[in-house]
Amino acid sequence: MADALIAITVLWGFIFIYAVMATMDFGAGFWSMIYINREKTKATNIANRYLSPTWEVTNTFIVALVVAVYSLFPNAAYTLGTILIIPGSIILLLLALRSAFLVFSNIAIEYKKPLTYISGIAGILIPGLLISVLPISHGEFVDYRNGVANLNLYRLFTSPNVYAFIGFAISSTLFLSSLLLADYSKASNEMEAYRVYLRDGKILGPISLLMAFVIMLTLRNDAEWLYNRMMDDLPLLLISVGFFLIIGIGLYAPFSFQKSVKGMPRLSVIAVTIQYLIASYVYGKAHLPYIIYPNVTIHSAFTDPNSFRAVFITYIIGFAILFPGFIYFWSLFMNDKRYLRQKGK
Amino acid sequence: MDNLLVARSLFGTTMAFHIIFATIGVGLPFMILTAELLYQKTKDQDYVVMAKRWTKTFAVLLGVGIPTGTIAGVQLSLLWPGFMEVIGRVMPLPFQIEIYAFFIEALFMSIYVYAAERIAPWMRIVSLILVAMGALASAVLITNVHAFQGTPAGFRYENGEFLDINPWAAFFNPSFFVTAGHVALSAYVVGAFVVCSVAAIKMMKHEFGSRIYLFHQKALKLSLVVGGIFAFLTAINGHASAQYLHEYQPEKLAAAEGLFETQSHAPLAIGGFTDRETQEVKWAIEIPWALSFLAGNSFDTVVVGLNDFPEELWPPLFIHTLFNAMVGIGSLLILIPILMYAWRKLLKKKHYPKVLLWTLVMTGPLAVLAIEFGWIFACTGRQPWVIYRILSTAESATTATNLSILFILFIAVYMILALAVVFVLLYFFRKNTELDDIERAEKKKVPLFSSNS
Repeated sequence: MADALIAITVLWGFIFIYAVMATMDFGAGFWSMIYINREKTKATNIANRYLSPTWEVTNTFIVALVVAVYSLFPNAAYTLGTILIIPGSIILLLLALRSAFLVFSNIAIEYKKPLTYISGIAGILIPGLLISVLPISHGEFVDYRNGVANLNLYRLFTSPNVYAFIGFAISSTLFLSSLLLADYSKASNEMEAYRVYLRDGKILGPISLLMAFVIMLTLRNDAEWLYNRMMDDLPLLLISVGFFLIIGIGLYAPFSFQKSVKGMPRLSVIAVTIQYLIASYVYGKAHLPYIIYPNVTIHSAFTDPNSFRAVFITYIIGFAILFPGFIYFWSLFMNDKRYLRQKGK
Repeated sequence: MDNLLVARSLFGTTMAFHIIFATIGVGLPFMILTAELLYQKTKDQDYVVMAKRWTKTFAVLLGVGIPTGTIAGVQLSLLWPGFMEVIGRVMPLPFQIEIYAFFIEALFMSIYVYAAERIAPWMRIVSLILVAMGALASAVLITNVHAFQGTPAGFRYENGEFLDINPWAAFFNPSFFVTAGHVALSAYVVGAFVVCSVAAIKMMKHEFGSRIYLFHQKALKLSLVVGGIFAFLTAINGHASAQYLHEYQPEKLAAAEGLFETQSHAPLAIGGFTDRETQEVKWAIEIPWALSFLAGNSFDTVVVGLNDFPEELWPPLFIHTLFNAMVGIGSLLILIPILMYAWRKLLKKKHYPKVLLWTLVMTGPLAVLAIEFGWIFACTGRQPWVIYRILSTAESATTATNLSILFILFIAVYMILALAVVFVLLYFFRKNTELDDIERAEKKKVPLFSSNS
């Protein structure tokens, strides 16, 4: 029993880390496309400076996530594999185009614009499709015929709740990435880019919050069980909204450690991460014990106890080995002024 | 086409496409590392230029290799949910550990490329070693799953249930080392001969003795030494792999050799096509007794033939031809470096005639082709099983229908990626010639690696 809870917590941790890293990744790709014609602001350069070294690492997390699902919950992997074949394949196709053309756009400089457009557009669609896995897991779009699960695509794409999730994913992607890039451009001393991303953050913050409310409103109709369970943790949800106000302080506050510059983007980045952490905790807790409502639970899908122990030990060893690597990576690309403040590229 | 065939074709296409990038992705970092180490030893700037240009190629190939690898990993559970359910339960460790190898490769690849001039030279070498090790470990671990499919271990299978699961015993299944070794060694063969092909093309295009000609001659020499050594090691390991088949999957060996009747002093059929009706290998050269000797080191070794198995459990018979093509190319890739050595050192010739250069150009594509043949042989040769004598491929396939549209879409995307990657590589290296890089390397103080981003 406890093992299954530990396993789902590990999985949730992976999902959260990937969700945050992927929003920044896909968002940065999109901004790099949007500002490609405004060379003076350097907004595109900042996005690329963040994106170039990080996209491979971010992509590794999605593989880690899929591997975690099938090694921790193999039975769920069976049902998920069966119902996600169409959305999953579309995500894979877009991901292939996105990653490849992202790399190509940095190599074939003369063709940078068309290549960036392909990767930027493919990239912004991916979060919307990825998040559709959540409403699918609520179960109301899955039909069972002779015990075999089937995804009803018509019902899926006519549900307002699904569109609320998609809208939330895309606006959050743009919101989180603009906050991160605001912080990144401030650290890089690119003040014009900083102002651009700060403005984007101010516009997208309220939109993302609104989309979150729309999800809750439509969830009531589509998956009442989940809505009721989430509302049981209303205090936590309110704290999450409270962190939204702290993001606002980070964006609008007239004071700063550097007197000439307005805003404290790093505060906003930290606050938004905590906000999403709390919200996703409430969602995940309400979702338990179901992986796919109502037939697949974390207990029915859990792997063999021997395998779980072996996998868990590799997690600990793997983390111990990788942690210094991540710190070194962070210090070279997020915290090294020689990288951040380079001229030209 | 029925559903199972579409699912197999789709996954096969994904793997056939991915394996090109994955194999070069394991082989090329080793070549880059060799060049970097040679530079430390000789202080010859040409090796830095080589390392730099190969790194660029590697980075572009990763742009396709990483997403197609992601596709392969996810498609496993989308197309073969029954298979992944068993793997998740019994054999999760290789995939899990592969993730860590993948992270190490991704982290240090970015550090090697984007932080090259900000880190100490020894740290650059360490990063590169970690990239090469991460790539190698990924290949070895993923191949381990393939090894498990052929020689499953670490559980008791009764009435459709998996009992007494021991994931480490599954991990160290009997054919792990020999199969993974084969993939790792052959990847270094491919990495070396791909370099050899490019060097030979460039030597044909440039005047004998010119700066660029000499540059590529160095690369050619390096690639032939590395390629020849690893081709030889691959062959030795391949022999061990075939003996494992004799022990663990006799029907696969029988189909690979086109042997129908169980016998001692079994003949070896080289080449030709297996005929199901007449039960013989047409147009093959037969060497008496040789198969028995190869399988068990003695002429009276009894080699099991296909007729000992019910026909519905036979692997497809065309694998004999694939198997022989793979072995044939492998043998050629041992002979060509020896021939080149004889030409240069024993006959003391300085010029390479056109025929010789064209032969060298062909080595890279041939090496890749051998990898493709080898994988198709290894995977279709296991049919009808996805896990040998435990789980059939048909049972493990998805129940979803209308996969044909997906199949077409994936083919289209792979074609776009294939064309784009070739175009981008040609474009980049036309814009940034060897001479540009050599001149940049000779002018001290100009950071050579800054143009890597």
